[in-house]
Amino acid sequence: MSAHVVEPVVKPPGEVVLEGVGLTKHFQLGRGTAGTVHAVDGVDVALRAGQVVALVGESGSGKSTVARLLARLHLPTGGQVRLRGEQVTARRGRAFRAYCRRVQMIFQDPFASLNPVHTVRYTLTRSLRIHQPRLRGVELEAALRSLLDRVQLQPDRYVEKFPHELSGGQRQRVAIARALAADPDVLLADEPISMLDVSIRIGILNLLQDLRDRLGIAILYITHDIASARYFADVIHVLYAGHVVESGDGESLTQQPAHPYTQLLVRSAPDPEQLGSTAPTGARGEPPSMVRPPSGCRFHPRCPFATDLCSAREPEAFPIAPGRSAACWGYAPDGTADRPDLGAAKVEVAP
Amino acid sequence: MTPEPVLEIRDLAVDYGYGASPVHALRGVSLTLHKGEVLGIAGESGCGKSTLVYAATRLLPPPGVIVGGEVRFHGDDGPVDILRMTDQELRAARWQDTAIVFQGAMNSLNPVYRVGRQLTDAIAAHRPGSSRAEREERARELLTMVGIAPERIRAFPHQLSGGMRQRVMIAMAMALEPKVLILDEPTTALDVVMQRQILEQVMELRDRLGFSVVFITHDVSLLIEVADHIAIMYAGEIVEQARASEVYRQPRHPYSHGLLHSFPPLHGPRRPLAGIPGSPPDLQALPSGCPFSPRCPEAMDVCTDVHPDLGPTAAAEPGRRVACLLHTEGRTLPASLSV
Repeated sequence: MSAHVVEPVVKPPGEVVLEGVGLTKHFQLGRGTAGTVHAVDGVDVALRAGQVVALVGESGSGKSTVARLLARLHLPTGGQVRLRGEQVTARRGRAFRAYCRRVQMIFQDPFASLNPVHTVRYTLTRSLRIHQPRLRGVELEAALRSLLDRVQLQPDRYVEKFPHELSGGQRQRVAIARALAADPDVLLADEPISMLDVSIRIGILNLLQDLRDRLGIAILYITHDIASARYFADVIHVLYAGHVVESGDGESLTQQPAHPYTQLLVRSAPDPEQLGSTAPTGARGEPPSMVRPPSGCRFHPRCPFATDLCSAREPEAFPIAPGRSAACWGYAPDGTADRPDLGAAKVEVAP
Repeated sequence: MTPEPVLEIRDLAVDYGYGASPVHALRGVSLTLHKGEVLGIAGESGCGKSTLVYAATRLLPPPGVIVGGEVRFHGDDGPVDILRMTDQELRAARWQDTAIVFQGAMNSLNPVYRVGRQLTDAIAAHRPGSSRAEREERARELLTMVGIAPERIRAFPHQLSGGMRQRVMIAMAMALEPKVLILDEPTTALDVVMQRQILEQVMELRDRLGFSVVFITHDVSLLIEVADHIAIMYAGEIVEQARASEVYRQPRHPYSHGLLHSFPPLHGPRRPLAGIPGSPPDLQALPSGCPFSPRCPEAMDVCTDVHPDLGPTAAAEPGRRVACLLHTEGRTLPASLSV
């Protein structure tokens, strides 16, 4: 797509655009022996054209780190980032800028991510000029207007505004427009709605959904709100302490959570439908220290079903249904010694 | 038996700024909190939720000015008007009658003192006769009450996790067994799992000790679950007031309806959602008539001229009040508001 208003070419769905394989990031604490924070350990995530993938987890679970690894803002300690099957090695300079053109990021706080001294026109024109240097004059103006149109802001009304003249939702739309100026294949959205007012959150999600459908962009949606992930995402990965504990399609994962942690997350989410029948969730404990993460399954200190096996060995992702997997020993094949009994909480495993 | 009121707010009005054009942040808000009840206050940022409780407890920092109204607190010796207390009376009443868990409570602890000292501070000020050992004992008891090991009395705030710091703040608020506990966005900075743990704890304490709670949040779905009554605020006014379950099942104000259809449900059918078009109003340039009219899908011509007052609903349901011209006589309610 050039800068003109061109009908977007819808890419065939399902093609993997950006992929993280075995992503691992450890942060060194201080100098030398102070220890390392195991922020992310062996996370696999694949973003497909025209699909939204959500990473859901508590703060400190490593979800933002995954986005930053994919954006190459952090370099991984281990694992690879692959763009259309090719390993990405760009770190700086021309190669990094070329990578940025394909993979753009939207940040959480639209009050901090726009420069307060520049107008919308400047912010967007600059992004257009960086990513499409040949654009000048009339063409540039047309591109600017089509960007604002695409995020549902009337160009005449908003192009000369400063960030302080815009509401939170409008600012976030400008931030999205700036990311779209690069004409990216992938958008990494790090909690794009958590700073916005409740009444305008849905508007931003609907906009991103529309971009996914019309432009076939692959979107990574990072959130702590599992209900919005159900509404918006095609695939959900639940992260706990730097590990993916459960993956699956948005609907079945939220309606029939398999992993004990996902079950806790779903039970804890506010749900007005449960009015009056608020059974205690039995939640206990706190997220673990990431400097010395628990051995075996990282959820075992808080898990009501944990056995010795759970504290000794780390579970792999066991398949439980087509497209679904849970990293919990409770779903290990029959005959596994000391397998924890999830009882009524266990989801029926499809053969 | 009608429940006894604990805190009655009448026509409270607050302005920000002293000059010729102050911002009217709160315009004639009336609310009643009953004994043992959880009253929820919901609304978008800037609608005046926090201003309301800060004004009612006289904690409003300048340039906030209370320009009218009264706040009656029903203590053991009959009702008193908090807004007309002398400084000395106010000092004695604070924390004893009403205690607050502040927004961003995680940062409200003093980082250089151990939590034990901070917990006993209020007790020492209000119970000068108590001995050090008694206060320490009480602090341990308070920590146990909120689910923290009493040994943690020696910990500094930075040694505690966010959730634990929040519990320390709640323990601190409970120190003098207040009649009213105000929670101002107490769990916004916490994760859902921790939020649930803390709310379960507060509700359990409420059942045991029988205090009343004012709970402020922008998370309506959470509020509907925990509150008995809800007041929904918009642009410095209450637009709807009712029992929590009624607001959820049968919203009567277009704004409440929009707010409830702004968050995706976790269960039940997946439905397309629209949110509310536009953005919250600028209090310095409020539209004439009903402040919600520019965003309202049901707005009529009269809405831009006449300011609606809080009154009974069209069906005159008991205990419900709404500020919308659709509920005046002779108008027909749209289907979405007459369920």
